[in-house]
Amino acid sequence: MNRIKRLISDADVLPHPPHVPGGRELPKTPTGIRGLDEITRGGLPRGRPTLVCGGPGSGKTLLALTFLVNGAIRFDEPGVLMTFEENGEEIASDVASLGFDLPELIHAQKLSVDYVRVERSEIEETGEYDLEGLFVRLDYAIRTVSAKRVVLDTLESLFAGLKDDAVLRAELRRLFRWLKDKGVTAVITGERGDGLLTKQGLEEYVSDAVILLDHRVHDQVSTRRLRVVKYRGSHHGTNEYPFLIDATGISVLPVSSMALEHDAPLDRISAGIQRLDGMFGGKGYYRGSTVLVSGAAGTGKTSLAAHFLDAACRRGERCLCFLFEESPQQLIRNMRSIGIDLEPWVTAGLLRFHADRPSRYGLETHLATMHQVVADFQPTVVVLDPVTNLMTVGTFADVQAMLTRMIDHLKTENITALLTSLTPGQLEIERTENSISSLMDTWIVLANEDVGGHHRRGLYVLKSRGMAHSNELREFALTDQGLDIAANGGPSVSTSRTVKHDS
Amino acid sequence: MQLSEDRSATLSSKPKAYQLRLYVAGQTPKSILALRNLQQICEEHLQGRYEIEIIDLIENPQLARGDQILALPTLVRRLPEPIKKIIGDLSNTERVLVGLDLRERV
Repeated sequence: MNRIKRLISDADVLPHPPHVPGGRELPKTPTGIRGLDEITRGGLPRGRPTLVCGGPGSGKTLLALTFLVNGAIRFDEPGVLMTFEENGEEIASDVASLGFDLPELIHAQKLSVDYVRVERSEIEETGEYDLEGLFVRLDYAIRTVSAKRVVLDTLESLFAGLKDDAVLRAELRRLFRWLKDKGVTAVITGERGDGLLTKQGLEEYVSDAVILLDHRVHDQVSTRRLRVVKYRGSHHGTNEYPFLIDATGISVLPVSSMALEHDAPLDRISAGIQRLDGMFGGKGYYRGSTVLVSGAAGTGKTSLAAHFLDAACRRGERCLCFLFEESPQQLIRNMRSIGIDLEPWVTAGLLRFHADRPSRYGLETHLATMHQVVADFQPTVVVLDPVTNLMTVGTFADVQAMLTRMIDHLKTENITALLTSLTPGQLEIERTENSISSLMDTWIVLANEDVGGHHRRGLYVLKSRGMAHSNELREFALTDQGLDIAANGGPSVSTSRTVKHDS
Repeated sequence: MQLSEDRSATLSSKPKAYQLRLYVAGQTPKSILALRNLQQICEEHLQGRYEIEIIDLIENPQLARGDQILALPTLVRRLPEPIKKIIGDLSNTERVLVGLDLRERV
C-alpha cells in the first residue's frame, strides 16, 4: 500500500505553468476556443501570424474559422477569410451546423470572405510577375470590415496553381511581413507534409507561433490532438492535448486545467451505507465531489455504486448511470441478488442508464455523448462503471484528459460523481489509477484477501479531501441485504449470513 | 485610369472580336513592359480586331475578385470565349500567342 500512496501523492500535484511576472508576455488575441486559450495562456500572438498545420480532416479550417467567428461575435474584432480551397457557400454550409451564421456576419460587416481560385491549366505564364493582386484583394477586404483577424486557408494551394516556386516563396515571405505590418492577427493553415510540418515548409516563414493538429486512429478509434510546436516569447503547454469536434464546435482538453474555481459546497450526500457514511465523519461524501471506488474484479465496486444510486433515488434525486461493461438488465439483476432493486427507480424516471461499449467510438465522441446525456437528464448524481474500460479506447493520457474534462463539467454543475475502477493487477494499479487519482476528491479501495482459507473482503478510504475520515481497513460482506460493513474494529456482523459473490 | 484603347476605330465601330483586359497595380516597370508587349503583339497579330482595357487595381481594388486576379500583371482574354488568363510581363511572345489561342501549343 505504501507504494500506491507514494504514487498518489506525486500525482496529486497538478502541473503548474511557470510563473511569469505581469507584462512580460507578448499581447495575445483570444481564440475563444475553450482549452486553447488556456494552453497558450491567453490566445495567439496579437498582430502576428500563426501557422496551424495538420493532415486532411484534422480540423485546421474549423479551428481557423472558429477563431474568426469568435472574434467577430465575442471580441468585437471583425475578420477576413481568404480561402483557397472552398468557395464561400460551401464554407458557410459546413459551419452552419455549428451555429455559425456566416452570411449574417458578412451582412453585418463583421466578416469578409474572399474565395481565391487558382487553376494552373487556365493560366499561361509569360514572363515576370508577382502576387500583388493577392495583396490588393486582402488589403481591400481588411479595409472593408476594419479587420483585426485574418485567416488564409490554405495558402499552399498557390503552389499547385502557379509554376514559379521562387516567385511564390519570395511573395509569401513578403506576405507574412506585410501581415505583421498591418497589425492583424493571422491564422495561416497548412497541409502536413512528409518530414515537414507543412508541404511547402511554411513554418520557415512563420516564426511566431505554430500549432500542429493531428488526427490519429488507434485501434480503429479516432483521437484528435493539438500541440503548440512553437510560440515565441510566451510560455505555453508543450504536451499533446486531445481536442474534440462536436456539435458545439472545437474544444481542447488541457489536462492541467482542472478548474480550481469551483464552489466547494459543504453539503454532504450519503454514500448509501450507514457505516460507510460513518467512515466520513458520519455524513458521507461532499456534494459535487468525485469519488473513485477501485478494486479487482468481484470486490463489490458496482454494489457500492448501487447503494449510492439507491439512496439518492430514495431522496428523490435524479441519477444517471453510465455503463461501459454490463447492460442495465444485467446490473439490475445482479443488484437484486444483494437486495437492491433499482428497477422501480428506472420506472419512476429517477434513474437512467446509458450503456455503451467503449470501443464503439472514440473518446471524444464518448465525452460529447456524456455531456449531452447529462444535459438532457439533469441528474444530481452520476455513476461511471467501470471507468477503466475506457482505457481500451485511448492512451492513459487521453483518458485522463477526457475524464478531467468530464469531471470538470460535473463539478461545475454540482453533480456528485462516483467512478468505479477495475484494477486487474499490481502494475495496472499504478498506471490506471495514477492517471486519474489526482482528479478524485475521495478514493475508496476495495480489496480481497484469503486468510486461513477464508475469503475476506476489505475496504478502506485512501483519501478524502477536506474532511476527517477513517484510515482503517474495514471488513465487509456482500449479503442478500446489501453491502454490510463490519462495526468499528470488529468482524463483519454478517459473517453468518449467506455471502453472495458480486460480479 | 480605366481606359479603352481602340486602334482601329475608323474601320468599324462594332465590338471587336478580341476583348482584352490588362490588370496592373500602378505604373510599375512590369506593368509598363506588359502593356508595351501587349500592344506590339496585338498590332502584329490582331490588327483591327482587338480592344484593350487597362484596370489599375490600386484605384479599383474591388475589381480583382471578379476575374480572380492574383498575379500581376494579368491579361484576361474576355472574348472570344472561353476566358483565358495570361500572367507575367508578356515578354515571352510565343507563350502569349499560345495563351490567346493564336498559335497551337507545341
